[in-house]
Amino acid sequence: MYDTKELSDKAAIVGIGETTYSRKSGMSNLTLQLTACMRAIEDAGIQPGDIDGILPQAAGATSEDIATNLGVKDLKFSAAINMGGASPCAALQNGVLAVASGVCDYVLLVSGRNGYSGARTAQSLAAGGLQGPMRAMGEFEYIYGLVAPMLWYGPMARKHMETYGTTSEQFGEVSVAMRKHASMQSNAQMKDPITLEDHQNSPMLADPFRLLDCCLQTDGAAACVITRADRAKDHPRKPVYISGFGEAHPDSPSSITQRPDMTTFGIAKLAPRVFGMAGITPQDIDVAQIYDCFTFTVINQLEDLGFCKKGEGGGFVEGGRLQIGGDLPVNTHGGLLSQGHIMGMNHVIEGAKQIRGSSDVQVEGAEHCLVSGYGDFGDGALAIFRGN
Amino acid sequence: MNPTNEYKKPIPRPTEDTQPFWDFCKKHELRFQRCTDCGVFRHYPRPLCSVCPSFNFEWVKVAPKATVHSWVTAHRPFHPGFADEMPLSIVIADVDEAPGVRLMGNFMDGTSPDDLSIGMPVEVAFDDVTEDWTLPKFKRT
Repeated sequence: MYDTKELSDKAAIVGIGETTYSRKSGMSNLTLQLTACMRAIEDAGIQPGDIDGILPQAAGATSEDIATNLGVKDLKFSAAINMGGASPCAALQNGVLAVASGVCDYVLLVSGRNGYSGARTAQSLAAGGLQGPMRAMGEFEYIYGLVAPMLWYGPMARKHMETYGTTSEQFGEVSVAMRKHASMQSNAQMKDPITLEDHQNSPMLADPFRLLDCCLQTDGAAACVITRADRAKDHPRKPVYISGFGEAHPDSPSSITQRPDMTTFGIAKLAPRVFGMAGITPQDIDVAQIYDCFTFTVINQLEDLGFCKKGEGGGFVEGGRLQIGGDLPVNTHGGLLSQGHIMGMNHVIEGAKQIRGSSDVQVEGAEHCLVSGYGDFGDGALAIFRGN
Repeated sequence: MNPTNEYKKPIPRPTEDTQPFWDFCKKHELRFQRCTDCGVFRHYPRPLCSVCPSFNFEWVKVAPKATVHSWVTAHRPFHPGFADEMPLSIVIADVDEAPGVRLMGNFMDGTSPDDLSIGMPVEVAFDDVTEDWTLPKFKRT
């Protein structure tokens, strides 16, 4: 099998599970993640011991922890994908390959954390001393106060604004759309609708990012179960076929600062491959779950994915285009900006719901859903889901 | 100059590959790695030239001049060491004599975030923040 098109639709999501997204879960991180795992396993109509592949995407639950708790007797594959917020979407690639190759029957993906009541991101980063993929940033950038994600991505956004004329008001369009969707969702942290004016009046935290440009810190977990396409119909819920998938890395992945073009993400390379694998174009996408750690991140990805030309993302999001009923509904769950920050596993879950037809903010007749993950250091991942 | 134990901000944690950069900073010299086979500069310091590739390089001294590439301005301190400096701009600048190399830093001379623009020329200056550590930063030209 040397043509990745042959991997299209060879695996499907057959189970999904989420906890409540809140500021205080009242349970341990491991209990939280296991709760999402058990809901996904029950949704798939299988037993915990049927799981034979585990891909955990967050601290607090190793594959050993999960296998021990689930009573897995014969774990055949496990890996921790170290791509920050791209990890859950990137893990889909590993999961598909594991089941399509016959190595595993059921691969479990899980992500979660007590991101509000437990250690906050900036505290965790400080405690960890920025090791691994963030080592170079720790040595050369953290020392100048570049100590939180909104500061890492601020220079990208500023460069985009100065180069292409993108405005803070256009960032606000993204924020307003995500909040509208969250207001219609049963499980979301922030449900009070906001206006563009509210966005402009929200406090500046890391110029050019205002409070309402930034994602939430969340207690919660989400999980899904993947199996081979030929087994998928044997499960109680409508299969969500994975038509395209992949991960991508920018040039100079260890440092945003040293990138030749800091406004181009790795998914610019990946998007043609993934659309080609699925045999569709951006125009075929009915709904998209696009990683939204910051409003700007959505605009930049829409460009790199080919929904519009480079530099035109700001204009593209105007006029409510990303809202339900618009040309391209994005983040119908409310996203990281308003539903909760589950490292983007909630984007995978919402993508599956759209294909099942079970979202609280359902795009009628959705046939193709695009899901993205993004997280420097790492960078990006994509998946295309379809139902038939 | 502060003793290290009174400096409240993070300090670099170098590796064997990156230590020479900081040693030159301590001497107030701005030097970057340049491949002696293909002549391409690189930063942050690393063993291998990603262009040719070659392990052979020299540390080339360049003029302390740079041009603002982009920036972000923190309005909240996410680390207690910076709490007294809000709003604090963190600037990325292209080093004029080392094509492809960018340097990050803060302004040493109180330059206001309102005065920043992409393409603005800046001088690279050295801040002896502790007895052991000297960080490259920026001043307006």
